[in-house]
Amino acid sequence: MADPARPIIQIRNVSKRFGRVTAVDDVSLDINAGEFFVLLGPSGCGKTTLLRMIAGFELPSEGQILIDGQDMAGIPPNRRPVNMVFQSYAVFPHMRVADNVAYGLKIAGVKGGEARDRVAEALDLVKLGGFESRMPDQMSGGQRQRVALARSLVMRPKVLLLDEPLSALDAKLRAQMQFELSELQEKVGITFVTVTHDQDEALSMACRIAVINKGDVAQLATPSDLYEYPANRFVADFVGSVNIFEGKLSLDEPDRAAIDCTGLGKVYLNHGVTGPHGANVWVALRPEKIYLHVPGVGKAVKAAGEDAPEGHNFARGTIKGMRYLGDITLFDIELETGARIRVSRPNLSRRDQEDFTWGDKVSMHWRADSPVVLLG
Amino acid sequence: MARFARPSRAPLEYSRTLWMRLWVGAVMLFLYAPLIVLVIFSFNDSKRNVVWRGFTTRYYEKALGNDQLVEALFNSLTIAALATIVSLALGAVAAVMLWRFRFPLKGTVDGTISLPIIVPEICLGVAFLMFFARVGWPTDLVWPFNLGAITIAHITFCFPFVTMVVRSRLASFNREQEEAAKDLGASEWQMFRDVLIPHIRPALVAGALLSFTLSLDDFVITYFTSGPDTITFPVKVYSMVRFSVTPEVNAASTLLIVLTVILTFIALKLQGVKAIAETH
Amino acid sequence: MTGQDWKTNRRVFAAVSLPTLFWIILFFLLPMAIVWLYSFGENRGLTDIEISGTLDNYKRATEWLYLTIFGKSFAVAALVTLICLIVGFPVAMAITFANEKWRPWLLLGIMLPFWTNLLIRTYALMMLLGTQGFANKGLGALWEGTSWLKVLAGLQPLPTWEPVPLLFNNFAVVFGLVYVHLPFMVLPLYAALDRLDRSLIEASLDLGAGHFRTIMRIVVPLAAPGIVAGVMITLIPALGAYLTPDLMGGTDSQMIANVIERQFKKANDWPFGAALSFLLIYAMFILIALQSMRRKVPEAH
Repeated sequence: MADPARPIIQIRNVSKRFGRVTAVDDVSLDINAGEFFVLLGPSGCGKTTLLRMIAGFELPSEGQILIDGQDMAGIPPNRRPVNMVFQSYAVFPHMRVADNVAYGLKIAGVKGGEARDRVAEALDLVKLGGFESRMPDQMSGGQRQRVALARSLVMRPKVLLLDEPLSALDAKLRAQMQFELSELQEKVGITFVTVTHDQDEALSMACRIAVINKGDVAQLATPSDLYEYPANRFVADFVGSVNIFEGKLSLDEPDRAAIDCTGLGKVYLNHGVTGPHGANVWVALRPEKIYLHVPGVGKAVKAAGEDAPEGHNFARGTIKGMRYLGDITLFDIELETGARIRVSRPNLSRRDQEDFTWGDKVSMHWRADSPVVLLG
Repeated sequence: MARFARPSRAPLEYSRTLWMRLWVGAVMLFLYAPLIVLVIFSFNDSKRNVVWRGFTTRYYEKALGNDQLVEALFNSLTIAALATIVSLALGAVAAVMLWRFRFPLKGTVDGTISLPIIVPEICLGVAFLMFFARVGWPTDLVWPFNLGAITIAHITFCFPFVTMVVRSRLASFNREQEEAAKDLGASEWQMFRDVLIPHIRPALVAGALLSFTLSLDDFVITYFTSGPDTITFPVKVYSMVRFSVTPEVNAASTLLIVLTVILTFIALKLQGVKAIAETH
Repeated sequence: MTGQDWKTNRRVFAAVSLPTLFWIILFFLLPMAIVWLYSFGENRGLTDIEISGTLDNYKRATEWLYLTIFGKSFAVAALVTLICLIVGFPVAMAITFANEKWRPWLLLGIMLPFWTNLLIRTYALMMLLGTQGFANKGLGALWEGTSWLKVLAGLQPLPTWEPVPLLFNNFAVVFGLVYVHLPFMVLPLYAALDRLDRSLIEASLDLGAGHFRTIMRIVVPLAAPGIVAGVMITLIPALGAYLTPDLMGGTDSQMIANVIERQFKKANDWPFGAALSFLLIYAMFILIALQSMRRKVPEAH
């Protein structure tokens, strides 16, 4: 694999306007050689426009895009060292699989044995060996996607762009393809840039993720940093599910902090926040980071009750709703303040889901380093 | 007996109801009976098309021995072939223009291209008669250049049909295929050749078939543009029908019907029944 | 997307637009313009025509004789269209709801006559409808049969069969035009019905409506664009029909196209023929304008 710090794509202050609508707003980011990079965001956030500008199908209104150090301004898509896997796959319906894959080679003037070898190699890579003479309409959606992949990979591009590659597949196949795409990327060592609106897809495949919101980069981070240390409410809310409470910073020291939340009461942290005193902040708490138990039972209560300020935070509530999902159960709990909080609980044994039911009074506690304080 | 009265069928299988079947059968009979009778009587050994007097092929011999008729048929086929080739090129190019580009006065251009379809044949015929008279189009050219005027007229009313058919096919083109081709290194021209033309091929086949038959079929416009040396098949048959109804006309007509059926089946072989049906 | 701006790719745009524009201007607009100019002209001598800007040709066209011919052409075309609609709608329904295997063949069955030479089809029909033709023979046989039944029942036999004139009259013109134009009506109707969401019909049946009511209240309104298209596609050529009234009509079956033809081939009055041609074209435009107005009305609300 190439040196991970070497940027292969440099996007510098790129904006794109369609009439009065700004699709991409002054974005700058570097994509490193050999990484699996994901552009994640809701539909219409500008992520696809960004991808299409890298491919050359849209021209930036402002700014500069460099691929491998070379400015791409004025270079049409057919002369860029990148290839794209389209959302609809765009497999040519009138060509056999082998002809589809060989198309780019033929145009590049690669002929005869070398072309045949490279086509066979690409098809093997996507596990379609033996499908050479099939027509696209005799294949499933997943297989067509593999054809599209092979067709791009055979060109040995510097960067492979994938536009919502898994959106047209059913849930099971999607999960399988997530693994296969990561595996493939490692094997070929080509930089992958994928656009998706699906956070699971992004988290499971990416080296780094850029979350895009309203044409701007909301956060650029590794999957675990993105999930555990979201930079703002948009990212916290968009990636995974989260409880967000508004509050005021009442205590802020290097090793501890406290926030007065309107719905949740006082929330203690075992680290500093370095925000202005009395400022409006938001506390984000993931549902799976909250322990749930029957009031007054077990050592968890003891722990929570005894060292609440320094150790765990503590709250009480009533179960108002339950959704059994098999691996976990989701609880919708009304706090004593009347606010609602979502808690998830793994079903570690077969009968775990029977522990609680509608209307039960419950206690909750969570570690002092679990909440994330967001300033914006 | 009850089974006949109400065959079991799903609610939406309207075509399985008895009266629907009778209706469709009657319409098909209405459409085909005259043609079938015409074909049968082309083999009738009688000067009049009334009573069956035995099988003969002598009217085919007579029709094929009629130099004027054969020449007219040959003229018609030549004109149809030329008109089809030019109409296909012109029609496809116009369709691509209207589908691909935004340009000033697009609505007007779009409307004008479809006008020859709407303007009554008789008016178009009159227009060409006056046009060729006015510009002094030479009428004494050698074959096949003497067919130029008729061919030009035919192209004018054929190519808008090609445009229509190709354009509706283009509407279903996945633009990502165009981008995929360019992404893989294809130039504009290579993209046209490798992706766009294969996509519109069924429409081109349908358009070719349509142009060929429209051209072969046309009487009115040709009637106004043809001279004494440029008789086409329909014009010749017209004068024969006016003069008298003979089995010779039946024989000639049968030959043309057979030609139509063969053309249709070639198109079917190339594209399948469904594709042809859907382009209309 | 409404397409690419022509300025972004001038070379390709020029390559696709110039041939089209060249052809349509030189070989369509120019001839039409000549007709239009001639319609304001006068005959000076046998072949000499002066474009003097006179309106006499249009004035002459409003004479009673020509007005009745215009009116009659409209009436015949409207009647033909109505018959085609009534006959064609069930056929289009049957094709739409036929099973996958049969549908293309039924469609082909409708289209094959459409592809067959018009003159040949007209001639075939003439053979059938002549006084000695099969239609008359069939009717004669029916007549004889009825007569025989009456004798059997002890009644007076019917008078001897006289062949009915089925050809060279107005009936023949209408019959012939229906025969020729039926496929024109069925195809757009089928296209519209095929696009119809079947669950709408099922919903209507599910909500308790009968089949007839479902067709009248659900299918027909939703297929309205197709019906309008079918009506236009039938009405316009029927209005300008030349061959059928010429070959199958009698002396009183002249339609407007026949009058136009006479100005050029027999009467040699080109300016008047040109004026009549343009009146026919204007009539078409009015029909199309009415159709597009109808389409725009619902949007206004």
